[in-house]
Amino acid sequence: MSGTYLGMPAFPAAAHEAVRDRTLRGNLRHATHTIRAKRAKAVAEVSDWAALREAGRQIKDHTLRHLDRYLVQLEESVTAAGGVVHWAADADEANRIVAELVRATGESEVVKVKSMATQEIGLNEALEAEGIRAYETDLAELIVQLGKDRPSHILVPAIHRNRGEIRDIFRSEMAEWGRPAPEGLTDTPAELAEAARLHLREKFLRAKVGISGANFMVAETGTLVVVESEGNGRMCVTLPETLISVVGIEKIVPTWRDLEVFLQTLPRSSTAERMNPYTSTWTGTTDEDGPNTFHLVLLDNGRTDTLADQVGRQALRCIRCSACLNVCPVYERAGGHAYGSVYPGPIGAILSPQLRGTQSEIDASLPYASSLCGACYEVCPVAIDIPEVLVHLRERVVQGGPVTRGGNKVVLRPAKGHAAERAAMRASRWAFGHPGVLRTGQRLASRSRRFLPRTLPGPGRAWSASRDLPQVPAEPFRDWWQRTRGGKDGGDGK
Amino acid sequence: MNSREQILGRVRRALTDVPKDDTAYEQAVSRDYLREHGERTVEETVDLLAENLADYRAIVHRTDAAALPSVLAGLLAARGARTVLVPPGLPSHWLTGVEQVPDRAESTPHELDGVDSVVTGCAVAIAETGTIVLDGAPDQGRRRITLVPDHHICVVRVPDQVVSSVPQALERLDPARPLTWISGPSATSDIELDRVEGVHGPRTLEVVLVSGE
Ligand code: SF4
Repeated sequence: MSGTYLGMPAFPAAAHEAVRDRTLRGNLRHATHTIRAKRAKAVAEVSDWAALREAGRQIKDHTLRHLDRYLVQLEESVTAAGGVVHWAADADEANRIVAELVRATGESEVVKVKSMATQEIGLNEALEAEGIRAYETDLAELIVQLGKDRPSHILVPAIHRNRGEIRDIFRSEMAEWGRPAPEGLTDTPAELAEAARLHLREKFLRAKVGISGANFMVAETGTLVVVESEGNGRMCVTLPETLISVVGIEKIVPTWRDLEVFLQTLPRSSTAERMNPYTSTWTGTTDEDGPNTFHLVLLDNGRTDTLADQVGRQALRCIRCSACLNVCPVYERAGGHAYGSVYPGPIGAILSPQLRGTQSEIDASLPYASSLCGACYEVCPVAIDIPEVLVHLRERVVQGGPVTRGGNKVVLRPAKGHAAERAAMRASRWAFGHPGVLRTGQRLASRSRRFLPRTLPGPGRAWSASRDLPQVPAEPFRDWWQRTRGGKDGGDGK
Repeated sequence: MNSREQILGRVRRALTDVPKDDTAYEQAVSRDYLREHGERTVEETVDLLAENLADYRAIVHRTDAAALPSVLAGLLAARGARTVLVPPGLPSHWLTGVEQVPDRAESTPHELDGVDSVVTGCAVAIAETGTIVLDGAPDQGRRRITLVPDHHICVVRVPDQVVSSVPQALERLDPARPLTWISGPSATSDIELDRVEGVHGPRTLEVVLVSGE
C-alpha cells in the first residue's frame, strides 16, 4: 500500500507516544548527536563545500527542469548498454512489473539492497503476496525485517534499536528465515555483525535474482550508481544472474562528470566519511561479469505531481543523505516512526505529503512536524529549503488551492474543521516540552536563515492573522509557547 | 496510453513554467569548486593516499618492483593463505609459491567462497579519500573475485595510478566498464554506531604501493 504505515496515527499522536519511550529517545539521541558531530568535521575538511553544494543544487534543478529529455536519454543509453527499461506510474504497477520479472526467472526468492524506493512502494509485501520471499541484506534492514518492524531512519534504519534488543531479535528470529544465530550469541557489535554475515552469506551465494535501487543514474551513459558500506550492495548487484533496479525518476544526473560533485558531498553528509567503503557502478550488462540480465524500473508514484508544484519541486533534489534528520530537534525527540512513512525527519515532512497528497490526517499533520528552525536547510548538501516548503504546505493544508494529483489538476478544499490547526496545536504541546533543544535550534536559525516569515505568505496570511496560533515564527515558537502554553490546555508536554 | 507516455506527459505538463530557452546545461552549473584540495608534490600525494587508506583500516605496505613478489608472498604466508584467486592479466612474476585459482566465468560463488585470498591490480587510486577503484581490466578480473574471499591484496603502481581527487579519478575512468570503488574494508555502523569491519565483503584489505613497476 504505497508505503503508508497502515493505522498510523497523525504525527502529533505518534510523536507523543515516542517521546514517552525512554529507550528509544536514548538510542536516538546518542545516534544523532554522534553523526552530527562527525559530519561537521568531515565537511570542514573540504574548503569548497559551499561551491560543491551550489553545484549539486544546480545540477539537480537543471535536471528536474528538463526531466522529460533526460528520462528519454537515460532510456536510450540503458537500452544501448543491454538493459531493459520499464516505466511504472505508481506503486502497484512497479510491484506488478517486478513480480512478473521475478516469476519469469522461475525463482521464488530474491536478495535486496537497501532501497528507499522499494520500501516506498511496499515491494516486499507485494512479492510475499505472490509467493516470492525478499531478503533484506543491509544489516540494519535485516534487523528491521527480522523484528517485524519499520525502519526509522534513512541511513541507519534500526537506529531505534540498541545492541541488547538486536541480540534478542537475532536469537529468536534468525532460524525462521535461514541460518539460526550462533549458540551463545552476545550483544557485542562484532559478534552481531558476524552472525549477520553468516546468516546472509548462504543467501547471497545461492541467489539468482537481486533487487536494488540506485543513488544516481547517469543519462549520458546509462550508468547506475549504488553507494554503500557493508558489501551487501556489491553482493546483490554482481552475484545474481538477474538484476532488477527500481529507481525514482528524479535520481538522474545528466553527465558522468556530475558524479564528481555528489560522490564528494553524499558520503560526508551521510556517514560523515571521506568516502563510503563501497561504490558500485554498472552500465547495462557486461559479458561474463555480473548479471546477464538487467531491468530498470523507472518509478513515478507521485513524483510528477511533486514536480508540478513550483515551490515543492525542490524536494526532488534530495539525495537521501539523512543529514537533515540528524540535526532536527523534532526528529530527535519523536523518532522516525512518528512520521508514518519511509521518509522520516524534515525531508519526510515535505516529501511524503507531496508524494501522497495531504488528504489523510497523518499527511496533513506532517508539515507541522517542525519548529522551522532551519537547521535542516543548513546541512542539506543540495540546499533544499525545507522550511520554505513546510510553510508552503501548511498554507495548502489550511487554505486549500490548486494541486496536481495523479497527473490531474485539482483544487484542494481547506482542511475540514481546522484539522491542521489541531495538529499544529498538539505538535507544539509535545515538541516544546524540552525548550533547551529548541532554543539551540532557534538561535541557529536567527543567525543563519534569511527566510523567516512573520506570517504565512499569500492567502495563508488571513488565516494566521485571525488565530492565536503559530504565526510562523512572528515570535520564536518557543517564546510563543512559554507565553501561551499552547493557547489552551497546555502543560502535558513534559 | 502506456505508462511511458503517461509519465512523460505528466512531466511535461508539470514543467509548463520552464521557458523554452531555459539556461542550457553547460551554463546552468557553475564548476567553481576545486579540482583538488590543496597543493601537493607527487610524493606528498602518495603519502596522503597511504595515510587515508590506513585511516579507514586498510593495511598499507610500500615497496619497489624488485621486492614486490617477496612482499606478496610474505603477506599471503602471514595469513596462512593456501589458495589465491588470480585475475587473468595479473603479471605472472608477482606471485610465487602459492596455489593459484584462475578467475573463470564458470566458477560458482560457493567455489569462490572456498578460496583464501585474492590479489589484483587497480585502475586508479584517490589520495584525498583513500579509495582504490577497480574497473574489471585483465589485472583486476571480475567484480566478484574481490568480493567473496575474505582477504584482498590490491597492488597500486605509484605514482602513475594515483590521483589527488574524485574529479580527477572520474576523468580517468570509463563509465562503460563496471566499477568498484573501495575505501577500506567492508564496514557497518548499524549497531549503536559502533564501527565493525567486515560484514559481507573482505574483512581484510591490504594495499601494496609499488614504485618502479
Ligand atoms: S533533504 Fe537534504 S539533508 Fe535531507 S536527506 Fe535529502 S539531501 Fe540529505
